[in-house]
Parts: sequence; structure tokens; C-alpha cells
Amino acid sequence: MKERIQTMFRYRFLLQDLTMRDLRVKYRRSVLGMLWSILNPLLMMVVITTVFQHVLKVAGSKEITDFAIFYLTGSLIYNFISESTGGALNSIVQYSSLIKKVYIPKYIFPLEKCMFAFVNLLFSLIALVIMFIIRQTPIHWTIVLFPIPLLYAFIFSVGLGLILATLNVFFRDVGHLYSVWLTAWMYATPIIYDIGNFSNPALIFVMKLNPLYHYITYFREVAVIGRVPGLEANLICLLSGLVFLVIGLLLFKKFQDRFILYI
Amino acid sequence: MANAIEVSNVTMRFNMSKERVDSIKEFLIKKVKRQLRFEEFLALKDVSLNVEQGDVYGLVGLNGSGKSTLLKVISGILKPTKGTAKTYGTISPLIELGAGFDMDLTARENIFLNGSVLGYSHAQMREKFDEIVEFSELQDFIDVAVKNFSSGMVARLGFAIATITKPDILIVDEILSVGDFLFQQKCEARIQDLMSGGTTVLMVSHSIEQIERLCRHVMWLDHGTIRMAGEMEPVCEAYKAFRK
Ligand SMILES: Nc1ncnc2c1ncn2[C@@H]1O[C@H](COP(=O)(O)OP(=O)(O)O)[C@@H](O)[C@H]1O
Ligand SMILES: [Mg+2]
Repeated sequence: MKERIQTMFRYRFLLQDLTMRDLRVKYRRSVLGMLWSILNPLLMMVVITTVFQHVLKVAGSKEITDFAIFYLTGSLIYNFISESTGGALNSIVQYSSLIKKVYIPKYIFPLEKCMFAFVNLLFSLIALVIMFIIRQTPIHWTIVLFPIPLLYAFIFSVGLGLILATLNVFFRDVGHLYSVWLTAWMYATPIIYDIGNFSNPALIFVMKLNPLYHYITYFREVAVIGRVPGLEANLICLLSGLVFLVIGLLLFKKFQDRFILYI
Repeated sequence: MANAIEVSNVTMRFNMSKERVDSIKEFLIKKVKRQLRFEEFLALKDVSLNVEQGDVYGLVGLNGSGKSTLLKVISGILKPTKGTAKTYGTISPLIELGAGFDMDLTARENIFLNGSVLGYSHAQMREKFDEIVEFSELQDFIDVAVKNFSSGMVARLGFAIATITKPDILIVDEILSVGDFLFQQKCEARIQDLMSGGTTVLMVSHSIEQIERLCRHVMWLDHGTIRMAGEMEPVCEAYKAFRK
């Protein structure tokens, strides 16, 4: 165990370097560079708000009546999950040439993709701040708690990322399936609509099985509504993340020695 | 003397699947039809090897005899199907020079990236930066993307980075055959330097002369099995006689 922590410590620079390189690659030859992390969610928000609020007349939620802010808070978390897990899914295959030639603990690669997506998420939070200023949204002290839901989402994404990365090494269909799943997941998550609009208890129950729902709700409560989520919400968020993390770690550990024979 | 490398009864099996099964549909169909028998191929068969600390050990054998596979097992890149491979101390594997390079980045950026691939800190790399640049003779190209380098330049940079700190064990796979004559001499000098500093070396080389010049012990691998192992001279003589 002690040895493992030492190795992890030893490879933190690699984690940092690979993250930096991904950032560099992502914004290479773009004039605005990192600004796109902020602009992209804002522009998406304008499009979605125009379509859903002004054309289809969808409102936000009872507590977040500003649709633009309602959408943005949900989409930031969703985008993080989709970017991190999607990246992790491909990571082992992407870094196959390295894995075949040097010894590196392999969990570094999915973990790095989650860190990269997390850095992007932090940047894109500026988009939310800009919206707060434009809309003169009242700021509550609870906003300082914003790292908590992000951390929960991060734990979950690492777990799911490890699972997907492992599966994708053996079955490349997983990548194709997952992109379909991501679209379905987006619509099944209350990003554009509010769960409070539903009356069917079975439907609400099913929707709450989605861990993403809880992270997004948590984030909206501390960042916009100004309420501190209770013990139950914290437990749900933490445990759902940990369950995925443990499954991911076990699965990854069991199969990682065989990756090299399939990449 | 204590051992630096202990390989016991290592067998390495590869699945030589004629068709790769990497979709779920294929997998299920084949599973049902019971066609999931891969053609198994043993790249190493029950190989054992002990290398003492400070020894310089050579591996010879024809192409495909399993030399690289054995080096990869020892470096921890491959997990053996059977048996164990243990190493004691820090290990610097030169399986392929420039393996950790990102061709789009400059030499300077790659020095740091490759350093962290090998587990070195940024501070360590900053300290050794000038030395690496000097050894690889790339002063004028330090801010050029590595994709514009010749293979010899890539090899120079890779070797300079991998040997920058004195490892306890150095693993060298045929890399000394790349680059020009002068660079090969320089690499050999560097390896001899490390050797005299007590580093254990395990090397594969095309050139039997190089093995004779550098190694004290040699193992001859043939189709994944040990044909002969021991003191350098008899093994090399036998191998040379065999090649004729
Ligand atoms: N990942 C792999 N999958 C299947 N076969 C492999 C793999 N790596 C090596 N082999 C096979 O193992 C044998 C030994 O290869 P190698 O160790 O590279 O030989 P050498 O370095 O002595 O030339 C070769 O026949 C090669 O085709
Ligand atoms: Mg070889």
C-alpha cells in the first residue's frame, strides 16, 4: 500500500504533463484558445435557451426561474461527465504505443482524462460567473460549497471511466454504444427540464436512480438556490461515486495485465 | 553477490488470434460456436535467469527468439503467463528509444514529458536539462518539433534522457544499432561509464562483437527456450558457429 502511494506520487508529474499536453492539443491553432472553454457553454446556452425557452416555452424550475442559468448549471456538469468518461474510454487504446514500450501504471491514463475534463470544467465555471453578472443573480454564501458536488462528480467519473476503459480494450463496440448512451443519458437527466414537472412517482423514482441527477441538483442548490443539501443528498452523491469507483478499480485491476495483448 | 534480476520459470503466451475478436457480436457468435480457441504461441518457454548486481549480461538469438519479450517481462511491461520476474533497484528500460515522445512537441517539451514518463520530477529534469542537450548534440534544434527530427536525432535524445540518472539496472534492446558510428561509440562509452559505476546491464545487440566487447555473461535464446547460458566466451563461440 505504502509502495503504491509512492508510485502514485512518483508519477504525478506524468499526470500533470499529460493533462497539460491535452490542453495544448485541444486549443492548438485556435485564436481564442482556452477562452473556448468559456465561450462554448455560453454559446450553447444561447442556442438552447432560444429554442426551449422562447420557441417551445419551457421554463426552468420553480426555484431557478431563469432558464439560461438553469440550463447552464446542468450542462456544465453533464459536459464534464461526458468529456471525462468519453476520454477515459479511449485512453488505453490511445496510449497503446506508450503502454507497449514503457512501464507506467495504467490507471494513469483514464485518470488523466478525468483530470483534463475537470480542468476544463473549472474554466467553464467562468461562463456561469459571467451569466450571474449579466442576469444580476443574487449570490448566496453557499456558493463557496461549489467544489463539493464537483468532487462527487469527479469520483463518479473516474469510476465509470475505469470501467469503460477496461471494456473498450476488449470490445471496441463499447465506444460506439457509449456515444449513443451519452445522448440518451443527456435527455434522461434534468438539464433542460425540471423533474418537478413530473407527477408520475414511478418516473420520478427511475430518474432519481441517475447519479448525475443528484450531482446536478446539489450543484444548483449551492450555486444558485442558496441551500445546503442535507445528509441524505451528501450520502447519495458520495456513495454513488464510491460504488462506481470501487467497481472500476476492481475491474481495471483484474484485467490490466491483459490489456497489452489486445491493443 | 546479490542478484539484481531474478527471472524464474517464465513462460509468455501470446494469443495469435488469426481474426481479432474485438466486437461483442463476434465474441458471442464465436463463444456459442466454441470457436474461441486462439492459436496459442509461446514466445518464452520456462526461462530462468539470474543476473548479479554489477554484471553485464547479453542476450543473443535469431529474430523472433524472444529476446525483446524477455526484456519486456523484466521491465514490467508484459506480465508473464507463468513464473515470476523480479528486479531490485531502479530500472531504466531502453526498449525503444523515444517511446514516450510526442512527435508534435518540441525537443525541450519532450525532455520533460519523457522524464515524467520515466518517473522523474520536473526539478530533476531541469537540473539535467543542459547535460541532456549537450549529450544529444541538439543545441540548435531544442525548440524544433520532434517530428522534424531524423531517426538518429530521436535516438540520441531518447538515449540521453534514459541514461541521465544512474539507474541500478539498465535494459538495452538493440538500440545501439541506430544512429551513426560516432553516436554508437558515445552510447557505448556512456554504458561503460554506468557499468563502472556499478549499474547492472542487460542488453540485446545485433552485433556479436559488441556483446563480446561489453558482456561478461551471455544467454542464447532459441525459439523461446534457453539454448545455452553462462560465461561470455563459450556461448558466443557456440552461437557464432551456429550462425555459420
Ligand atoms: N504482442 C504480441 N502478440 C503476439 N505475438 C508476439 C507479440 N510480441 C511478440 N510476439 C511474438 O513473439 C516472438 C518473439 O518476439 P521478440 O521477443 O520480439 O523476438 P526478438 O526480440 O528475439 O526478435 C515473435 O515470434 C513475435 O512474433
Ligand atoms: Mg527484438
